[in-house]
Amino acid sequence: MAKQNQKILLMGNPNVGKSAIFSRLTGAKVTISNYPGTTVGFSQGYMKLGNDNNVIVIDVPGVYNLDPLSKADEVAVQMQEKGDIIINVVDATNLERNLFLSLELREKNIPMIMALNMWDETRHKGIEIDVPTLQKELGGLVVPVCGLTGFGIKELVEKLLLVKKRHFTPLTREQKWEKIGRIISLTQKLHHHHHTLLERFEDISTRPATGIPIAVLVVYASFSMIRLVGESLIRYVSEPLFNRVWMPIIERISFFLGQKGVLHNILIGKLVNGEIDYEKSFGLLTTGLFVPLAEVLPYILSFYLVLGILEDLGYLPRLATQVDNLMHKLGLHGYAIVPMILGLGCNVPGAMALRLLETRREKFIAATLMAVAIPCMAQIAMITGLVGKRGGGFVALIFGILLLLLIVKGVLMNKIIKGKSPEVLWEIPPYRLPQPLAIAKKLWMRVSEFTREAVPYVLLGVLIINVLTAIKVFDLLGWLFSPVIHNLWGLPEGTMPAMLMGFLRKDIAIGMLAPLDLTTKQLVIACTVLAIYFPCMATFIVMLRELGLKDMLKSALLMIGTATVVGTLMNIFL
Amino acid sequence: MEEISLTKLKSKKSAIVRSIEGGRGIQRRLEALGIRKGKKITKISSHFWKGPVTVLAGKTKIAIGYGMAHKIRVREE
Repeated sequence: MAKQNQKILLMGNPNVGKSAIFSRLTGAKVTISNYPGTTVGFSQGYMKLGNDNNVIVIDVPGVYNLDPLSKADEVAVQMQEKGDIIINVVDATNLERNLFLSLELREKNIPMIMALNMWDETRHKGIEIDVPTLQKELGGLVVPVCGLTGFGIKELVEKLLLVKKRHFTPLTREQKWEKIGRIISLTQKLHHHHHTLLERFEDISTRPATGIPIAVLVVYASFSMIRLVGESLIRYVSEPLFNRVWMPIIERISFFLGQKGVLHNILIGKLVNGEIDYEKSFGLLTTGLFVPLAEVLPYILSFYLVLGILEDLGYLPRLATQVDNLMHKLGLHGYAIVPMILGLGCNVPGAMALRLLETRREKFIAATLMAVAIPCMAQIAMITGLVGKRGGGFVALIFGILLLLLIVKGVLMNKIIKGKSPEVLWEIPPYRLPQPLAIAKKLWMRVSEFTREAVPYVLLGVLIINVLTAIKVFDLLGWLFSPVIHNLWGLPEGTMPAMLMGFLRKDIAIGMLAPLDLTTKQLVIACTVLAIYFPCMATFIVMLRELGLKDMLKSALLMIGTATVVGTLMNIFL
Repeated sequence: MEEISLTKLKSKKSAIVRSIEGGRGIQRRLEALGIRKGKKITKISSHFWKGPVTVLAGKTKIAIGYGMAHKIRVREE
């Protein structure tokens, strides 16, 4: 019988750098498992310990104590039972607060070692910790480490082989706090220190008077950077690859298939002027690969790069604090700004970030608002390009209507949907300079996760649309919806294919309006309705996963309803 | 000094936590972040329109929703 793998658990308060230590311990052999549908996810990897090459290391979600208050806490508490060794990761700059969990953990009588993380920061902050005394008081090994730089990790691994099981008599809460007070007075000395540049910046970005202008600046700079990196990747990497390397291959396949027929239509799609057109041909090997890999992936990459930097810097909790009171008016709380901002880049990562939100109510409101009123970067670019030719005022009109919708729908949903948005209570971490290696690693995990999840869905979407076209379902849909499009929105029948394309790709759909000779009013209505009526296929799938079928259906009805009403009102009043 | 709500405390002032009104859940969550009876905290800022209050507890900065901050009674130092 094979010996069961040893399990090492990394446990500690939220935001103490567990993941940095995790990636140091597991090195390149990292697998990430993200469990869908909940806010809880944990990573699992392998490391070598002694002669055992396959020791499992689990990065357990951060908890403050073992008295579960939320779902995420419950998972952590359950997982703790299954460990062979616990590495209790502790933020050395916050020793007092972190020790409560440590005292709880040691009562579980599982071999435990303490990693005193952020050791380098203690010196900057004027904190002095007496490690030998701390070991004596806690009755276990303590190793100062720095997950970001790798300091102390080797010693930590060596000492892992030495940890032994010990028994501790359980203490009551009061006794624990008393003991913590004693430990702190014995082991920790605080010295006066001068404020560092980062700390000064911490202060000015926390106060509202200076914090709000900084927030605007940071958001603007982030977007410029996302666009710059994304567009450069498309222009210099993904498009040349598809045009020069992939095109000759699929041209051969197309030729081999005789340039027409059912199989050709599904794999390659229709030829435009006798040639393959990546955006319009609509085959699995053409549009089905080009859209997710060449057009969306570069943006996802640049987006997650910038997000990773902001996250590691510690800016997001500050931004969330600045906008919290505004978000409460929309039935959300500060952290909902994250999916909203992400959504402006691409609704797909925006929808993924919905899991940051705690309650079902908040997820529903945020998802619906995002689908209705937050156009993605690609869509913004197309609207600006196409409608801008008729005058900048019309572009402003479209985005103005969307902004108005965001506010009106948010306020309404906040009033109508039962419940309240939860109160803010979070730690504002100190700024830390992002480490390139950690950023790169996180970026790689996120991008590969996106590729694994998005590509199959887009392929499936293209396949379904091709099959439905072949069996004339779209003609039926066109006939069914023509009263809405024609009578209520005042749009010609010719816009129907664009409206259907909008389910798959909003930017391509807007592009399809270009040759239709629409009046300015029709164009403005068509663009607005396209933005509102439904999310694109990829977003829909992610939202469905985050919201569940029931809430997604409700949300979809709200989107379609809003589009119908807004389109009609615009047709009447414009 | 008399006991006031944390929302009434002026920015940059320090105070000792006297009591936290509210259930066990809130008490535990605040305690986990280092805010419990007898602890010294310093208010960093408050946000307009009943926005969150930010405080410094030990070496940690914490944002607390207005409603919750209102339930924290403190005595200014």
